Amino acid sequence: MVKRRRFRRIGIFEVCNALLMLAVCFITLYPMWFVFINSFNAPEQALLGTVNWFPKEFSLASYSVVFNDKTLMNGFYITTMRTVIGTAVHVLFTAVVAYGLSKSHLIGRKLYLKIALITMLFSGGLIPTFILMTKLGLYDNFLVFIIPAMYTFFNMVIFMSFYRTIPESLEESAKVDGASDYGVLFRIVLPNSMAVIATISLFSAVYHWNDYYQGVLYIRSQDILPMQTMLYKIIAENSMSAIQQQAMAQFGARLPGNSIKFASMMVATLPILLFYPFIQRYLVKGVMIGAIKG
Amino acid sequence: MFQHKTGAIKLFTRQWQLQSMVIPGIVWMLIFCYIPMFWLIIAFMDYSIAKPMLQSPFVGLKHFEDFMTDDRFWRSIRNTLGMSSIKLILGFPIPIFFALMLNEIRNIRFKRTVQTISYLPHFIAWTIFGGIMLNWLGEGGVINQLMMALGLQDREILFNSEPKYFWWITYFSDTLKETGWSAIIYIAAIAGIDPGLYEAAELDGANRWQRMWHITIQSIRPTIAILFILAVSGILGSNFEQIFMLKNNMNLRMAESLDLYIYNMGLVSGRHSFSTAVLFVRSIVALGLLFLANYTSKKLTGDSIF
Repeated sequence: MVKRRRFRRIGIFEVCNALLMLAVCFITLYPMWFVFINSFNAPEQALLGTVNWFPKEFSLASYSVVFNDKTLMNGFYITTMRTVIGTAVHVLFTAVVAYGLSKSHLIGRKLYLKIALITMLFSGGLIPTFILMTKLGLYDNFLVFIIPAMYTFFNMVIFMSFYRTIPESLEESAKVDGASDYGVLFRIVLPNSMAVIATISLFSAVYHWNDYYQGVLYIRSQDILPMQTMLYKIIAENSMSAIQQQAMAQFGARLPGNSIKFASMMVATLPILLFYPFIQRYLVKGVMIGAIKG
Repeated sequence: MFQHKTGAIKLFTRQWQLQSMVIPGIVWMLIFCYIPMFWLIIAFMDYSIAKPMLQSPFVGLKHFEDFMTDDRFWRSIRNTLGMSSIKLILGFPIPIFFALMLNEIRNIRFKRTVQTISYLPHFIAWTIFGGIMLNWLGEGGVINQLMMALGLQDREILFNSEPKYFWWITYFSDTLKETGWSAIIYIAAIAGIDPGLYEAAELDGANRWQRMWHITIQSIRPTIAILFILAVSGILGSNFEQIFMLKNNMNLRMAESLDLYIYNMGLVSGRHSFSTAVLFVRSIVALGLLFLANYTSKKLTGDSIF
């Protein structure tokens, strides 16, 4: 590309456009800022109404309620376990299936691919899936987060198209040295696929971390309820755990519940916000690969 | 023939390692995708989850007749189409506009920063984002404060308790959350345009808007077409995580989309067969819509998915 940038004067359009972009940044960041400041607001202050710009009186009271809440912390633990295990299992399983399917000499490949493709066009949907989970004993079982999320067609296609970019000579030389298919996959192919593994892991991790709906559908026991499902219940159904009710009784009003809500929201989002600057380029890369394939 | 067959078996056993990689995947698909598809036939039965499926009596089209005469079903169709149409007509151009405008920013650093910030909300869970929205729309919330400060309303409105606002709440909150993310594909498509085209146009005296229209828009037309096909074919769907978070008993009249109707009938009221009948029809219509949208786009613009 030839560099050809003459000096251009900054016109009204440039100024308006820059302002528009700043406005976009503002309305995108403000919701999280809002949660952030309100979570630090003193519960007594929250009585006077929610804060818009800065905490009126800085306080960690809401956080101490959240971190002392055994139920919520258990939810945090379940979400973490689910994210770690779910992501590892998803990436490993999808990567292995995709490797087998990417080999053109695989017997039955056409049939296998057809079976995989049809799952894109039709699906049983909510009720039959629900019945299946019940029949498989996955209802109210931690594994309901892991097993049904082991594989997606989309990520398999991303893996397959990435494997195609790895030079075949690399695999062949390993084969000549006597490596098995598993040997080639784990010692040659996967170490050379770190970029795509990172991308898919991140998508999977974000899904597991953010999902609340599986918990609403399939989980009844409090001790395996993920944090997001608890948050759903606290926010949308206005239910409160025992310790929160205690805290509310202590501060004696409806609104302090708000700053506790915001503190729990902050705790549930913090990992995403902390990692976001480092992981966002992988996420974009992922959607690009997907877009080119699609 | 026999010779050939043993050859195939020999080959198959020789590649048992590859087969053992793929077959678990196929088994997974058969269990988690194909069994639910097969179970769609409970739409024609009076299925009870406590009994084995084949002991349930066949009732033909009874459930189909039932939901076709259910006002609540038609209400859910209206809500789904309403929310989808708003999203499609008013929402679809927004990421394109954002991508075009971002493309006009010349300072690379500023451009990249804006883009990175713009898709942050996509990664915030709906529980959190919905929670913020519920707070903003409620008593003493940001929206009420803003509207009163601007003098647009003289008393507080509980926006989320009034059904008439619900469609707009879903539209605005979705736009707020997803614009940056949806724009990524357009931004990438714009980045792939040959800069020579712009230079030639500039030499020919085309102004900014003409270049935007004749070069940028024309170049990303295939991308727009494909995303439009997907959006149209998804018109019977709704953002379930969003609606489930924002709905309540007061706004249910306008909030119950087809997905939510299926959920409420099937899992809350326990009418499995009835809900599956609705699902069954919805899958077929959605597939038909996909083919129709694809065909229309192929005829009109020459661009299609398949």
